[in-house]
Amino acid sequence: MTERENILGRIREALKTPAPRPGGHAGQDHDSLTASSPARTAAVHAREWLPPVPETAEGQLALFAAHSADLKTDFRTLPDADAFASALRDLAAQLGWKRVASHNGDLTFRATEGLDLPILRVDAGYDVNEMEDCDAGVTECDALVAQTGSVVLTSRSAGGRALSVLPPHHVVLARLSQLVRDLPAAFALLQAKYSYDYPSFMTFITGPSRTGDIERILVLGAHGPKKLTILCADH
Amino acid sequence: MKVTLFIPCFVDLCFPRVGMSMVTILERLGHQVTFHEDVICCGQPAFNSGFWEETRVVARKVLQRLESSEAVVIASGSCGAMMKVFYPEIFDHAPEAPAARALAAKCFEFSEFLVNRLGVTDLGARFPAKVTFHDGCHGLRELGAKKPARALLSRVKDLTLVEMKDAETCCGFGGTFAAKFPMISTAMGEVKCLSAEETGADYIVSNDSSCLMHVQGLLDRQGKKVKTIHLAEILASA
Amino acid sequence: MSEILKLFKAQASKVAGDLRHRSLIQTALGKYETQRDRRKAAFQSWEEARQVAAETKWEAMRSLDEHLVSFVNKLEARGTRVHWASNGVQARDIILGVIRAKKARCVIKSKAMTAEEIHLNEAMEKEGYEVVESDLGEFIVQLRKEAPYHIVFPAMHLTRDEISDLFHRELGSAQTSDPEELTMIARRALRKKYIAADIGITGANFAIAETGMISITENEGNARLTAALPKTMITLLGIEKVLPRMADLALFLPMLATAGAGQPITCYNSLYGGPRRPGEPDGPEEYHVVLLDNRRTELLADAEQRDALHCIRCGACLNVCPIYRNVGGHTYGTTYSGPIGSVITPHLRGLQDWKHLSAASSLCGACTETCPVKINLHHHLLHNRRNAAAQNPNWIEKTAFRVFGTVMNSLALYRVVRAAARCLQPLHGLVKGGPFDPARAWTKTRELAPVAPKTFREQWKERA
Ligand code: SF4
Repeated sequence: MTERENILGRIREALKTPAPRPGGHAGQDHDSLTASSPARTAAVHAREWLPPVPETAEGQLALFAAHSADLKTDFRTLPDADAFASALRDLAAQLGWKRVASHNGDLTFRATEGLDLPILRVDAGYDVNEMEDCDAGVTECDALVAQTGSVVLTSRSAGGRALSVLPPHHVVLARLSQLVRDLPAAFALLQAKYSYDYPSFMTFITGPSRTGDIERILVLGAHGPKKLTILCADH
Repeated sequence: MKVTLFIPCFVDLCFPRVGMSMVTILERLGHQVTFHEDVICCGQPAFNSGFWEETRVVARKVLQRLESSEAVVIASGSCGAMMKVFYPEIFDHAPEAPAARALAAKCFEFSEFLVNRLGVTDLGARFPAKVTFHDGCHGLRELGAKKPARALLSRVKDLTLVEMKDAETCCGFGGTFAAKFPMISTAMGEVKCLSAEETGADYIVSNDSSCLMHVQGLLDRQGKKVKTIHLAEILASA
Repeated sequence: MSEILKLFKAQASKVAGDLRHRSLIQTALGKYETQRDRRKAAFQSWEEARQVAAETKWEAMRSLDEHLVSFVNKLEARGTRVHWASNGVQARDIILGVIRAKKARCVIKSKAMTAEEIHLNEAMEKEGYEVVESDLGEFIVQLRKEAPYHIVFPAMHLTRDEISDLFHRELGSAQTSDPEELTMIARRALRKKYIAADIGITGANFAIAETGMISITENEGNARLTAALPKTMITLLGIEKVLPRMADLALFLPMLATAGAGQPITCYNSLYGGPRRPGEPDGPEEYHVVLLDNRRTELLADAEQRDALHCIRCGACLNVCPIYRNVGGHTYGTTYSGPIGSVITPHLRGLQDWKHLSAASSLCGACTETCPVKINLHHHLLHNRRNAAAQNPNWIEKTAFRVFGTVMNSLALYRVVRAAARCLQPLHGLVKGGPFDPARAWTKTRELAPVAPKTFREQWKERA
């Protein structure tokens, strides 16, 4: 027998005795504890108990901005997608970027083209040492989540796994229409968009990299980016 | 109402005033108090040490003697938890299971009984002192009674309640644990005493005499001024 | 007394009396508590969320076999190699086999308690591989050649000055008391390692049955780098990590962060579904997932304590446990410390050797109250005590409780004991607290309450 069969066999043997439904206590009414009625699952009921989110689009945008401030995410709204290029140019000048990494998305390509800097395009593969040299990684995303201030992206939508975590500054280009209300909505979106063929990597990014491992004191930029900027265009 | 008092052995021996205060208060409220002299212990020490069979021997007698009581008021949160929560568990699937559940349904920790069952908070007591309240873990978590004691204290004249830091943290008694792991138990007790002292209170009040026995034992050894007192003693004072 | 118990008692006494340790842990956890309470309050109902989370895990365990099969099938369909390991030896052999086959030199690891459980680092180092822990806390304790102090905060027992000394000694960095500068020293040291590593090893927080994905929660980005740069990635996880659906994470991710670190959600919550796919610019060429049993199925077979497998390793029960806070993480001598460690270690490593962890508890229940998946932790300590006594009773104790039962059931005998206590009390003063005091365990640090001149029973009788 293979280990797979051994382990599955032990599991099936163990499960012959049912366990009481959680939340009860041994000695209490037995029927309610082992009742075969289906469990209340997180996937279906999460929204009922998670932190509340305003119904209106303005309220959700305000919540996302408030979370960003808390998280030390630099969140800016821009009038339209044309403004990305100048916003990036300003950042580059202000922070003295010498080299930037990006991928060829609709938004990223146009916005980075106008930069007067060498651009490392990762789409067809890249050298890690070169990316390590870059001052910023510019990516697109799949969604922004009002409830938590998170950016959702995948290896398909945002230039792979490293671009959004290796350079010391991660810049996200997003559209306001990508703002979803909460985590259940974000997972629904991923499912709708990708379930036919999921990318190998998907992530929720909530603020710049951080650690509290030294005396529980917050430090930004532990291993990932010290800075996270989200530029969000209205149209 | 006919109220049956359950006075555990250590309250009987060392803290009789706690029991007598309960008698006074319940009678003042017009209830008839009864007490079975031969119901001595709920069996908790054996249960906590893992000896469930030995526990059942004691518990069976309690079940039988308290079967006809209308309401049972227990002078300690941890004995309350034993009878209310753990009797049904140790007799799970046993012939005594219905009796254990029936007893559980009519058992009350003292403060819980006054506030939740009788709906009384003002007992006309007066106690001119600054006090802090320690939540006994069993009363707090097994019985879920945090509010009753505070509701009662809030109506005591001339009494000031100052909450201590981490009022809900265990004092380190834990029954046989205090003797099996005295160094851990003592450290926990020291933390508790310090939190209580920081409030500047004259008294540490609790509704569990076992916690108070532990805390007082530490305070006495360290020659501290703060005193411990059971909630019932405060409520009985005029 | 067994050696393990002796060591536990000696360590516990030492740490419990260490006031510096006490204040260090209180300060660190004080910050956590404030943030956690704020985050809990943000939920529409934290209590209802706990119930739903508990039921979700209950459901996951109820058909664990089916969930695992679905998880594995989905992973394999995307080119992941899945391995099953019944015990630590098998898991180590599988992982070493992969490393050997790849002719690797350097392994970068992100936090994995399962790797601690099977002593993976020692095994890899013995074979001559360079192994680097990338989580800052883990990196620190690795440099100290120590086990993690806490399942979520591995270096919570150290001050910044101790860490600065350590970095100075091991990495040659300049002394500093600035946590930010210390973090940057580690960042710089580890950057090179990510790029040089041939193998990246991670743990997992959840295994999504529906989509065949591993979910990893972190704040630093070290797990993301571990999963992005090396050519081969290995994930080691326990079979109990299953969640049925991807959307279950919508509740579990914020709950894990709230309970574990007092955060609304951690910085990076990533899902890994396989090796690099066509069209993706990076990611490992090979992905191996190792599923570990290591006696989890024994715990599963105990229906009474099965819910201990619901654990999401948030560490909240450690944080609130007054025992943990006073004896510290290393005293346990186990991979999993605190209340959850006391509950499961007897199942994973033997009841008789580890039953003392269940005895070393005041049963206050703070753990059960805080657990985000509602594991009945402190009652399971009672269950372990019962099982230990039933399996191998201490006859002195058993006899004592027999006598105790007889006395408590007989008013006449109780009166005799009461009289004896009264007589002996004055004599007790002669030996109190000393080596001949039978109550020394109590009286060494505490006064004993005296028997009252008139007991309650005596007063009650007088009234009648
Ligand atoms: S037992 Fe509960 S509180 Fe403790 S680590 Fe596991 S999930 Fe967290």
